[in-house]
Amino acid sequence: MANKQSDGKRIDEPTGTETVGHEWDGIEELDTPMPRWWLWTLYLTIVWAIAYVIAYPAWPMLHKATEGVLGWSSRGQLAEEMSAADLARVSVGERLAAIDINKVPANDALMQQARAGGAAAFKVNCVQCHGAGAGGNQNLGYPNLNDDDWLWGGDMASIEYTIEHGIRQPGSDRRQSQMPSFEGMFDSAQLDAVAQHVLSLSGKAKPNRAGAQLFADNCAVCHGSRGDGNRELGAPRLNDAIWLRGNTAEAIKAQMLNPKMGAMPAWGERLDPMTIKMLTVYVHSLGGGEDFVEVAAEPGDEVDEQP
Amino acid sequence: MQAEAALGRIGLWFLIMLAAIAAAVAAADSGFAAHATIVAVIAFAMIWISASRFDPLGKAQGFFRMPEGPSRYDDEPIRWGVIATVFWAVVGMLVGLIIALQLAYPLLNMEPWLNFGRLRPLHTSGVIFAFGGNILIASSYYVVQRTSRARLAFPSLARFVFWGYQLFLVLAASGYVLGVTQSREYAEPEWYVDLWLTIVWVAYLIVFVGTLARRTEPHIYVANWFYLSFIITIAMLHIVNNLAIPVHILGSHSYSLFAGVQDALTQWWYGHNAVAFFLTVPFLAMMYYFVPKQAERPIYSYRLSILHFWSLIFLYIWAGPHHLLYTALPDWAQTLGMVFSVVLWMPSWGGMINGLMTLNGAWDKVRTDPIIRMMVMALAFYGMATFEGPMLSIKAVNSLSHYTDWTIGHVHAGALGWNGMISFAAVYFLVPRLWRRERLYSLRWVNWHFWMATIGIVFYAASMWVSGITQGLMWREYGSDGYLVNSFADTVAALHPMYLLRAFGGSLYLAGVILMVANVWLTIVGRQRAEAPLHDAPYDPEADRPIVAQPAE
Repeated sequence: MANKQSDGKRIDEPTGTETVGHEWDGIEELDTPMPRWWLWTLYLTIVWAIAYVIAYPAWPMLHKATEGVLGWSSRGQLAEEMSAADLARVSVGERLAAIDINKVPANDALMQQARAGGAAAFKVNCVQCHGAGAGGNQNLGYPNLNDDDWLWGGDMASIEYTIEHGIRQPGSDRRQSQMPSFEGMFDSAQLDAVAQHVLSLSGKAKPNRAGAQLFADNCAVCHGSRGDGNRELGAPRLNDAIWLRGNTAEAIKAQMLNPKMGAMPAWGERLDPMTIKMLTVYVHSLGGGEDFVEVAAEPGDEVDEQP
Repeated sequence: MQAEAALGRIGLWFLIMLAAIAAAVAAADSGFAAHATIVAVIAFAMIWISASRFDPLGKAQGFFRMPEGPSRYDDEPIRWGVIATVFWAVVGMLVGLIIALQLAYPLLNMEPWLNFGRLRPLHTSGVIFAFGGNILIASSYYVVQRTSRARLAFPSLARFVFWGYQLFLVLAASGYVLGVTQSREYAEPEWYVDLWLTIVWVAYLIVFVGTLARRTEPHIYVANWFYLSFIITIAMLHIVNNLAIPVHILGSHSYSLFAGVQDALTQWWYGHNAVAFFLTVPFLAMMYYFVPKQAERPIYSYRLSILHFWSLIFLYIWAGPHHLLYTALPDWAQTLGMVFSVVLWMPSWGGMINGLMTLNGAWDKVRTDPIIRMMVMALAFYGMATFEGPMLSIKAVNSLSHYTDWTIGHVHAGALGWNGMISFAAVYFLVPRLWRRERLYSLRWVNWHFWMATIGIVFYAASMWVSGITQGLMWREYGSDGYLVNSFADTVAALHPMYLLRAFGGSLYLAGVILMVANVWLTIVGRQRAEAPLHDAPYDPEADRPIVAQPAE
């Protein structure tokens, strides 16, 4: 089948190609020329590569690299894209900066822009704790921002202040408070009584006299005698169905013995005032925003009564 | 004389054990202590083995039915290598399936030892370095002996390479679970494990080059060029990327010698060339031996093999910066990484062409021989992955694909399709020959394995492509008012169905591997399944004509 030649070369029958004449463990090699399309595509990519390295920054020299004839740089491209985006928002930014936060809702177009911008900023900065739907977590202490329950106030100005200065941040005067630990102050029967009383405030348990007395003596100063809470102190409201750290007797006792208090970063250190305004508008619009009426004290302003 | 040697061995192991115990006691942290304990336990076992004339290796050889008696080539470490290959394949891929499920169901993260962060390097190292590394060492020993017509040089060093490499794998794998890591992707083992691997790897180089030097063939076969470039380049990459200063001489912490963007570039110079010189070049070496042997056909083009070998190894080493596009890496380095990656396209395809076209004159075997079918599928996936790679390295594409599951899909098309399939084919080729069996237990099971693996890859790669592109598009989606549309959690939620499909594909692939384990084991014990041979489709000359409408008379 094979036309043996003197140096081991032979013609391979099925392909009609000559072998190179080597053999290893029965493996031979054909002397097929390289496929033309393969070779030309290789040349083409090389030509493209040469053109590309002339056009773009490529060759490191002594002090800096060649810059490429197109003058492109990744930092330049970023700056260009960012300034284009900024330019598109500049009018919104200017108008937002000029207007009092409480008057934004009156301006439909601006309100829409601010809400959209706030939603985007919320996705980047806030969802990690408050959740993608701003639902928070009723056990871990991340407040739900969709409901009517506000720890520190739910009107525009309060929300803006909270976002800017954070909560329980060192060096800040407001938004500070601390719940004391009742470890060692109550015996276990008293603890149970207080927990049952707290649950009874929202109708989740039967009222009891001992618990009511202990609550009045120890808790009402911050949480209010009926458990209405206190926004000056960020003391949560206890007589509704919304809970920050769980709604079981166990969870309530745990909070009394070893109180956990949430902290929130002061975003004013990181975000520009325009973004904070947008975030304020967005959070306010989620469903629990309060207090448009008071603004109307300034005559001539038209404001929504409903968020 | 023999007793003296045994006594010397016991003394040596005793010293190693003492040193390991001392290291465990004085260790600066629990991870290092655990590793020193592992070494001490192994040394103690070796003392016991040496002293009691107990020969567990002999017993194990009996258990694995390894043929005895002289043979032309030194095949014993290769048999162990094949067993280690199938063992680590199951381990590595099982962990892969677990982490795929963890991504779909985060509840499956078991803190702290079995969370995603610790199991993920166990998976990557398990499949790349344990499964891949073992088949590479085993097949290189097999191929270099036969194509050089010489026995292995330094037989005891060759055994040291195999067992020393297993120790490296055990220390690496246990370290990941214990949290011992230097946090460099694909180079996670800490400094002392790196030093050990360096010793093993230099021994490997000595064995391989020694065997080449003893060859009785005038020329070095192309597969051996590829193996040699793999061994040399991996040594260089491993040493440079792992340059680090230990915090404590008996501690499992170290700091890299590089910092900042230099560190990142060194890492991805290493990382990309692990893909190049661990997962491409030596697997091409396997292809260059096993494809022509199984097809019984000559290599398609000698000239192509020369040109694609040299262009491949010259270009690959520069392509690493494409992992750092649009980062702090200087623009010029990003440009060069991208350009070299694109030019790499044809040199990569040279290997595919040479493999596929070697089947010229034997294409019928794709129908009749499932091992050939695996090889063809491996080369097809190699071709796809090496087209996709240059494409993904183009900046405009990369800005969409980077950090998304597209990268995962790309890697697995290569790893499952190319590395996995060609390795399975090599195992099926090697086992009957190494154990001197007439044939595999079942060729039809190989066919089943082929289809399970292929369908598994399709599910895996397709779901990750969809997932990656979805992710990339959602991340960069801006509304008409110029603001971001999706939060990160939105994109995670959107990918959940794709993660389920990925896990399904992975479990199919793993099932195929388990079928291979059974097939290999039954072949080793010498059984043959009574089955109908895989037939050629019968040829009907009557039917072999163009279908044309009969003109009306």
